[in-house]
Amino acid sequence: MNIIELTVHELQEKLKNKEITTKQIVEAYANRIEEKEKDVQAFVTTLVEEAKKQANDIQAKKESGEITGDFAGIPIGIKDNMCTKGIKTTCSSKMLENFVAPYDATVVEKLNNENIINLGKLNMDEFAMGGSTEYSYFKKTRNPWNLNKVPGGSSGGSAAAVAAGMVPWALGSDTGGSIRQPASFCGVVGLKPTYGLVSRYGLVAFASSLDQIGPITKDVYDSAMLLNLIAGPDEKDTTCSKKEKIDYTKALKNDVKGLKIGVPKEFFGDGINEEVKAALEKTIETYKEMGAEIEEFSLDIANYSLATYYIVACAEASSNLGRFDGIRYGHRAKEFTSLKDLYKKSRSEGFGSEVKRRIILGTYVLSSGYYDAYYKKAQQVRTLVMKKFDEGFKKYDVILTPTSPTVAFDIGAKSSNPLEMYLSDICTVSVNIAGLPGISVPCGVDSQGMPIGVQLIGNKFCEETILNAAYTLEQKIKFRENYKPEFKK
Amino acid sequence: MAREDYEVVMGLEVHAELSTKTKIFCSCPTEFGAAPNTQVCPICMAMPGTLPVLNERVIEYAVKAGLATNCEIERNSKNDRKNYYYPDLPKSYQISQFDKPLCKNGKIEFETSNGLKTIGIERIHIEEDAGKLNHDDLNGGSLVDLNRAGVPLIEIVSRPDFRTVEEVELYLKKLKSILEYIEVSDCKMQEGSYRADVNVSVRKKGDPKLGTRTEMKNMNSFRSIIRAIEYEIERQIDVVESGEKVIQETRRWDEVSGKTFSMRDKEDAQDYRYFPEPDLVAIKLSEEYIENIKKTLPELPESRKQRYLEEYKLSEKDANIITSSKYLSDLFEKSIKVCNNPKAVNNWIISDISRIINETELEPSQIPFDSNQLGKLVILIDKGIISSSIGKKVLVELFENPRDPEEIIKEKGWLQISDEGAIKEIVVNILEANPQSIADYKAGKDRALGFLVGQAMKQTKGKANPQILNKLFLEELNK
Repeated sequence: MNIIELTVHELQEKLKNKEITTKQIVEAYANRIEEKEKDVQAFVTTLVEEAKKQANDIQAKKESGEITGDFAGIPIGIKDNMCTKGIKTTCSSKMLENFVAPYDATVVEKLNNENIINLGKLNMDEFAMGGSTEYSYFKKTRNPWNLNKVPGGSSGGSAAAVAAGMVPWALGSDTGGSIRQPASFCGVVGLKPTYGLVSRYGLVAFASSLDQIGPITKDVYDSAMLLNLIAGPDEKDTTCSKKEKIDYTKALKNDVKGLKIGVPKEFFGDGINEEVKAALEKTIETYKEMGAEIEEFSLDIANYSLATYYIVACAEASSNLGRFDGIRYGHRAKEFTSLKDLYKKSRSEGFGSEVKRRIILGTYVLSSGYYDAYYKKAQQVRTLVMKKFDEGFKKYDVILTPTSPTVAFDIGAKSSNPLEMYLSDICTVSVNIAGLPGISVPCGVDSQGMPIGVQLIGNKFCEETILNAAYTLEQKIKFRENYKPEFKK
Repeated sequence: MAREDYEVVMGLEVHAELSTKTKIFCSCPTEFGAAPNTQVCPICMAMPGTLPVLNERVIEYAVKAGLATNCEIERNSKNDRKNYYYPDLPKSYQISQFDKPLCKNGKIEFETSNGLKTIGIERIHIEEDAGKLNHDDLNGGSLVDLNRAGVPLIEIVSRPDFRTVEEVELYLKKLKSILEYIEVSDCKMQEGSYRADVNVSVRKKGDPKLGTRTEMKNMNSFRSIIRAIEYEIERQIDVVESGEKVIQETRRWDEVSGKTFSMRDKEDAQDYRYFPEPDLVAIKLSEEYIENIKKTLPELPESRKQRYLEEYKLSEKDANIITSSKYLSDLFEKSIKVCNNPKAVNNWIISDISRIINETELEPSQIPFDSNQLGKLVILIDKGIISSSIGKKVLVELFENPRDPEEIIKEKGWLQISDEGAIKEIVVNILEANPQSIADYKAGKDRALGFLVGQAMKQTKGKANPQILNKLFLEELNK
């Protein structure tokens, strides 16, 4: 038995049967990090020593009965934009290189309450802006399937760490595809919940009306379990739904008979890689064989969504990132001649080029004289996108698309071409625009052995439906048993 | 052209801090005067990842203010971000309201020397206050105190309906008293919880077009508001008279030089990039909610004034003065309950109390004694235990060291002498010492009696009962 290959529900089983101990689990992950991190570069901060101590402590308390609960002693990795009290939260930015939050994000608090052990903070594109994790100030994370390729982004560290077996599962955040696209690139499962299902308190904001925290896991069952842990109302986040918690694992029925799946043809047009297309078509066939009802339909929103997304997200970001001004925390320029100079230099030095690009874009679209043409228009289109999805969900339970138009690309291939990088979000952004849940689950590999993901989109707060659809596919194609990352150099 | 050929047009933006216990988006206390940065938390310090949670009391208070100023209440409102950089603004945006304020289209009426004036209220919206910059004299530079950051404010924007300085002053006083009556703000100007920015423009009389306006900030008393307006009117007329144009800008009032100064140059023209606050949900108010608030509105100054005119027969002028402050009005009503003598309480408030608080520049709310003590003072005089001149001395004592008036007079030995035998002795002594006054009196000079009574008062340090004194003098003189 290789501990690092087990899913969390398998670890729980073995803990319960006393086949393994908490200490052994953490020890195994510590060794794996020691072995693979130098190649993958998924962590901004590793907490291996702290984790070992915690494991000792938790094991002792479990033995004495002081701690119970199925998740005590299970390790996790957390994207470095969720605040962790006493541990650096950098957002992979020079701006927050030494920032230590004085409080825990709500999701972190929930994990702590379960005595889940934090193995470290995971790399990302700076302030979650990007699709390859190349825009991290600290390091470029590699794709465990091929170390010359990107892991996707912005939650690239989270997806790569799960794929590489350096953490059993991880938290990511998704503003325009930042959980689903890296999950797809790294052959793991990534779920972006409905906007408002998971509290955003303590998630360093990129675009407040789009951001959601979600699980990145080895399989769908783990995804449902981690969602169980983090979902639910939070009085600290008023945009968070007051809906009562449910057990998502109960939705996993391994049955899609009669499930109505709509396939929007616009998501299979130009720009979609032929091998990705082929894998998706095969997946559609598989669903048919399993008894789902598939129908092609028109959802002509993809192009508008991308434009709308970049206007709304950048507008909100330009405002959200204003607080990084060098006054209270974060990077401050060493020398300055005036207040204005302090702002200018601190922000010029502290932010990377992609972040600056989006701040400038966002400032522009909110400026007087341009607001109506851009921001207001974008909000109108946003309403339109929601309507189109509403119409879709009158007919279908699930909408199926590729997660990304391509498989993971080479490091450096797109990092100097922002527009091309933005286009890699084309399949995912409309889900954020509409506030819907979406899951990416592996559905095959291309001729070079790189994973391909299928995206299943559900109606608002219908996570159960897409989790079950993803689970049923997973049980059928057994991706994890058939394909493994090879750390190709 | 002369000054009289110009018409002045003014509008006011009043900021009032709401007297909620906690801040608008977090649970930090709002009390004034704490040590710097002791009333802060990750939310009001804008730590990364924090989110605002709207204090429902703030909506309630703002709706109250809207109802009390005859506003329409917006059922579907929202918050917006106003973006600008300044070290006292930790998020680099202020959460305010832009195009859907909670209240709009109200009005306030008041009496002026030219009759009734109505000022339109364009809107009332909720927003958060910023922190404060303190200059560090020791090391140079500025220190940021975020205790005030996130204290709830309402901004009350008037229409440009003001034509005279008097109207501005009366409006500010009236608005202040309304906010005090409905208990949504303590309106302490010296603590900055009631502040006004004034927009001023001038135009030639008869000109249908408004002149270019300037906005004045940094006035922290009624007096400086008036001085600033007067200065700015003169300045603008001078500019126009000299053939130049008034520039639309924000000007800072400088109390020391008595002048206004331009605050920003054109290059820095602010673009606040307002957009809807995505971290907060829309504010939806039900009819029931608004009706319930309506029911809790206390009696407003207008209605109290009417009641005073009818019930207590106060003069219009006196009723205006007393109802101008909720504190004075409450003091009046509660003191009456103690002594059952409205006329006397009215006189005390209108004359001596008003004079003392004016001289010492106190707000009515800073009057140190309570209604019980004032009521007892009136009773002591009514019962003839002290004279009204001793009463005035007791009042001064009440301002200096408030305690039971009875205790004061005992302690000071101010009990009135009403014993006829004792007073008669004094009268006889004084008459013996002043034969000329007796002669004057007999010669028909009534003034002589006043002089004699005065002498007796002087001798008894005001303690002799004046009625008895008068009576005994007359008896002796007419013997």
